[in-house]
Amino acid sequence: MSNSHHPLVSKKTGILNNLKTWIGVIPFFVFIFIFLVLPSTNLFIGAFQDTQGNLTFENIIGLKDPAILKAYSVSLQVSIITSLVGCVFGFFVAYAITIGKAPKWMRNILMTFSGLAANFGGVPLAFAFIATVGRTGFITAVLKNICFPNPEGILSCPLDIYENGFTLYGILGLTLAYTYFEFPLMVLIITPALEGLKRDWREASDNLGASSLQYWRYVAFPILWPSILGAGLLLFGSAFGAYATAQALTGGSIYLVTILIGQQIRGDVLGNPNLGYALALGMVVIMSITIGGYTILQRRTARWLKS
Amino acid sequence: MKLPRFNFWGLFWGTLALLYFFVPMYGTLDFSLRMQKGLISLRAYQIVLADPQFVESFLYSVTMGVITVIVSILIFMPTTYWIYLKLPKLRPLVEIITILPFIIPVIVYVFGLIRTFSRPPFLLTLSPLGTDFLIAGGYVILSMPYMFRAIDVGMRAIDVRTLTEASQSLGGNWLQTLVNVILPNLRVALLSGSLITFATVIGELILADFLFRPAFGPYMTSIGTTKAYEPAALTIMSFALTWICLGIIQLISRGDTSQQLTGR
Repeated sequence: MSNSHHPLVSKKTGILNNLKTWIGVIPFFVFIFIFLVLPSTNLFIGAFQDTQGNLTFENIIGLKDPAILKAYSVSLQVSIITSLVGCVFGFFVAYAITIGKAPKWMRNILMTFSGLAANFGGVPLAFAFIATVGRTGFITAVLKNICFPNPEGILSCPLDIYENGFTLYGILGLTLAYTYFEFPLMVLIITPALEGLKRDWREASDNLGASSLQYWRYVAFPILWPSILGAGLLLFGSAFGAYATAQALTGGSIYLVTILIGQQIRGDVLGNPNLGYALALGMVVIMSITIGGYTILQRRTARWLKS
Repeated sequence: MKLPRFNFWGLFWGTLALLYFFVPMYGTLDFSLRMQKGLISLRAYQIVLADPQFVESFLYSVTMGVITVIVSILIFMPTTYWIYLKLPKLRPLVEIITILPFIIPVIVYVFGLIRTFSRPPFLLTLSPLGTDFLIAGGYVILSMPYMFRAIDVGMRAIDVRTLTEASQSLGGNWLQTLVNVILPNLRVALLSGSLITFATVIGELILADFLFRPAFGPYMTSIGTTKAYEPAALTIMSFALTWICLGIIQLISRGDTSQQLTGR
């Protein structure tokens, strides 16, 4: 034991030393307490109170409300679809950047744009997609004008997407828009992992007579899956918590949890303010599981990337 | 066996990604230039720039962005320095705290802010100034993951302990050390953290919208519901702004301090 000072002396100087050691981080913790801990705990407490301030679990039970369950199911649906699409597409793009040997200029643009697009969200993202594949958008107009005369001599325009049931202002549109920041995020996360795949492993696998498919199935994928799953969780989380893009794209007509919370803040649409807090708490619980899982998997990946 | 120089699937997925990046950008640009029927013009941009509400909301967001950057640096730089120097065991805890904004969706966060600060004893939302104070604090929290990470990466690349000891042996106190020794070594990290923070604040919708302050985000939303071509022009402008921020980061990190960004 190195700390075998006299107990009385060390206690007194200990407190003073402690204060001196801790003084530099006090502003940070005060700030965090006021602007992060206080609002969060307040919301948390609200979820377990009735309007008179008594302890209750009614709000949590109240989440069974069909309107709330529907919001959660639409949110989960959108987040799962977009994170799957983003994951798969982003993986192949990262593959193109690393093992796929895309030309150098292409790799540079892809990496730069991934950094940019992963942070591109909110209202401008919605506007960009409205201007491109909205009802009067650029691509919509181009596709609409691709027409062929059918056997009877009448022009048919098979690519008029809005005539064929497409709409940007729903789940499909939201998926298209979210993918714009989701797949670049995947590229940013998974590229280092793909770069970490050693060339020797591939060569060893080839020498043992394995096919390309077998290499991916038995060598690369077992190494990569924690990174892929972790990235998928992060992508899920970023879609699940998004509000601004959905609000600007659909005008609030899509039934997501974030949109419902927004309406609750503005006008207590649920008819019980404390039910709103429970709704928010539910989101934080799902996000904690998601980001927690991501962090654990990320640590695992960091370990083998280092070695 | 010689591997082929280019791989078909690599090219295929790369091209697809480039299309996904550029088609919406091009579509938006094209759309923004077509306000006058039958000709390409900058009419939508002129209208936006001449709108007093645009100027007002943009200036508001720029001011808030600058305040957020300054407050962030004042809080996070000394804290990170202190942790590196004296309390390394605190680092895991601080790291977890700084990623909390990723766990709490912004819409939930603003809900908490409103519940906490729109009633006694912490009533802040009564006056515009009080609300601005609250929003600035919120922005610092929202951009904390980026700012903290940037400073942390920069701090890791320099030898904080040796620099501090050298400074102290020359008679500098800790404030002088922080300002004259650590700060210049961190300027690349601080600038990139600041630019990301600034861009986050400029594009942020939720805090100002739900606390009824005239920021750029709410302005864009209101334009989006009433106009057709102006939103496209605004999108191109905000994208250009992000590009400029990113370009500056690339430019400065190529200079003499380039090893800082590659040090991660």
